[in-house]
Amino acid sequence: MTIPASADVASVTTPKPRSGSGSRSGPGYRGYVLRKCLGALASLAFMIVLNFFLFRVLPGDPARTLGRGRFRTREQLEAFNRTYGLDEPLWRQFLTYLGNLARGDLGVSLRYRVPVSQLIMDRLGTTLLLVGISTILATIIGVWMGIRSAWKRGGLFDRFSTGGSLTLYSMPEWWLGLMFIAVFSVGVGLFPTGGLHSVGVDPWSPAGWLDVARHLALPVATLTLAYLADYALIMRSSLLDEIGEEYVTTARAKGLRDVQVRDRHAVRNALLPTTTVIALNVGFVVTGAITVETVFSIPGLGLLATEALKVPDFWVLQGAFLVASAAVILANLAANLLYGLLDPRVRT
Amino acid sequence: MAEDAIVVDESLGSETLLDLRSLSVTYQTDQGPVPAVRGVDLTVRRGEVVGVAGESGCGKSTLASTVLRLQPATATVTGEVLVSGADVITMRWGELRALRWAGASIVFQGALHALNPVQSVGAQIGEPIRIHEPGIEDSEVTARISELLQQVGLSPSRAAMYPHQLSGGQRQRVMIAMALACRPALIVADEPTTALDVMVQAQVLGVLEKLVKDLDVGMMIISHDLSVLASSCDRIVVMYAGRVVEEGPAHAVFDRALHPYTAALSAAFPRVGDPAARFAPAGLAGDPPDPTSRPPGCSFAPRCPLAIEACREAEPELREIEPGRWAACIRVGEP
Repeated sequence: MTIPASADVASVTTPKPRSGSGSRSGPGYRGYVLRKCLGALASLAFMIVLNFFLFRVLPGDPARTLGRGRFRTREQLEAFNRTYGLDEPLWRQFLTYLGNLARGDLGVSLRYRVPVSQLIMDRLGTTLLLVGISTILATIIGVWMGIRSAWKRGGLFDRFSTGGSLTLYSMPEWWLGLMFIAVFSVGVGLFPTGGLHSVGVDPWSPAGWLDVARHLALPVATLTLAYLADYALIMRSSLLDEIGEEYVTTARAKGLRDVQVRDRHAVRNALLPTTTVIALNVGFVVTGAITVETVFSIPGLGLLATEALKVPDFWVLQGAFLVASAAVILANLAANLLYGLLDPRVRT
Repeated sequence: MAEDAIVVDESLGSETLLDLRSLSVTYQTDQGPVPAVRGVDLTVRRGEVVGVAGESGCGKSTLASTVLRLQPATATVTGEVLVSGADVITMRWGELRALRWAGASIVFQGALHALNPVQSVGAQIGEPIRIHEPGIEDSEVTARISELLQQVGLSPSRAAMYPHQLSGGQRQRVMIAMALACRPALIVADEPTTALDVMVQAQVLGVLEKLVKDLDVGMMIISHDLSVLASSCDRIVVMYAGRVVEEGPAHAVFDRALHPYTAALSAAFPRVGDPAARFAPAGLAGDPPDPTSRPPGCSFAPRCPLAIEACREAEPELREIEPGRWAACIRVGEP
């Protein structure tokens, strides 16, 4: 019997065959990126609209809520409304909101009397530092733990790692934080109990960086442990799923070393679900750190939002919401783009 | 084809590529030991295609996995698995890795799952070449990949594609190209055509037959479909409940089965040119015995139309009924 080579002319227009792993961002990835970016933009637009109306449809008149009965006369009330543009029709307010947003103007904090954008920028750095370091540490350690546990399932490492992860996973992070404070700050006195800087230390000097590092050690440890358990368990279970797959047997049959089978084939596939979870977690950068920032009094976005809620500092809240949701959307986009890069199946 | 091969075998005294000697594989499970393969002897010589037939669960895929020591860790293997004379069972890891794919390769069934979904097929075909020939130039690997793809009737441009972008038949051909990558002397094809439709089945079988002829390799094809094996093999080995129940030249086994199980298996596929069989493919009632509690005597006796009292007493030995034809049945050759 002869082989009909003509049955395979469909893709003769494709240029030279590429070998090796050089074709990851191959066909269709550009279109995929475009689609995902447009989707993210649409979400962002929807969120901006929602963010405006959410604060307008909340029960209660802003002026009354904010004034908390301090306005004795109608004139005072009207003056307040005029200052904040609340006497204008809603559509007008909305246009102003959009215009201001385009210029990066998020309003002025009622409590601090400074622009909200400035407040947020000041706090964002701290939160990004805290969550960024924790995420990186948790990802590296968690994924490593998950891989080691799954590959030698039921071994000593697996039993300790999985047991430890489950314990951490079921532990509330504020409790963990409090325990750290009780033991390492109050008990041993190794670390400060809270805050980001010591009084009288220049934050931009080497001594200042060391000071910040000492302040961040416990909160970073708390967040890392909280995230790590999650990542270790997800990585373990997705790798266990892959180990049973037939392509892993194929890889063994080809004469690959155990480590090569694991890293080139099984882990590469097991990383897909883990990537999604990690990227989505990063999106909760603002909200995720609220508890830890509160426990350790770290002046980040989370603390800013909780404090604004008590006033209530309307425009700060609105700004914090905006940043929080934008972060989620951006992280989602990042997850999608990364996923498309790792998995050729989703591109088409 | 069968006759030709036999002539070649005898005249050249062809080298034995695979030699299984009283091979037994037992899985250790929570329900106790489960014997999957029980004392199988089998040889594959250069230029020869040997078919292994049997229902699912008869131990034929387990048999294939032992050739490269790919059986799960829960399996205990006894006997000998000699690939080009070297025993795979007792081999050191380093030797085993060197043997895998370069000495013998496997065409796995269901190529969708046997290929890595996130690597281009070119990268997967090239991988064993890079492993077994360290220091090889990238350009040479690329050339080899193109050549291999052409050998199985695929355009070299397919190298950049991912498994999900190919059809079932194309994937199976990629799998075959991959199996040829390191020019092994022995190829084991585990249900190479099972998941494919009939037209594509014929194509894939054609590719395999042509390769055995062109490359002078030895091949073991495993299938539940006796008609597939009859058309592409020189010799057929029929397995039932972990044992060989019949062995002989392919066409003889298919057309004139000695063992009642083989007869039932071959009657299950309608024959070309036999209108009666076409309208009434005969099935075989019942299931293979539960390997944890096999009946005493012949394992096939409970389903066998010819079974007599003596069949349930002792397990029949595989004996030569006529020159080159073996069967494990006490009733074969009865007057």
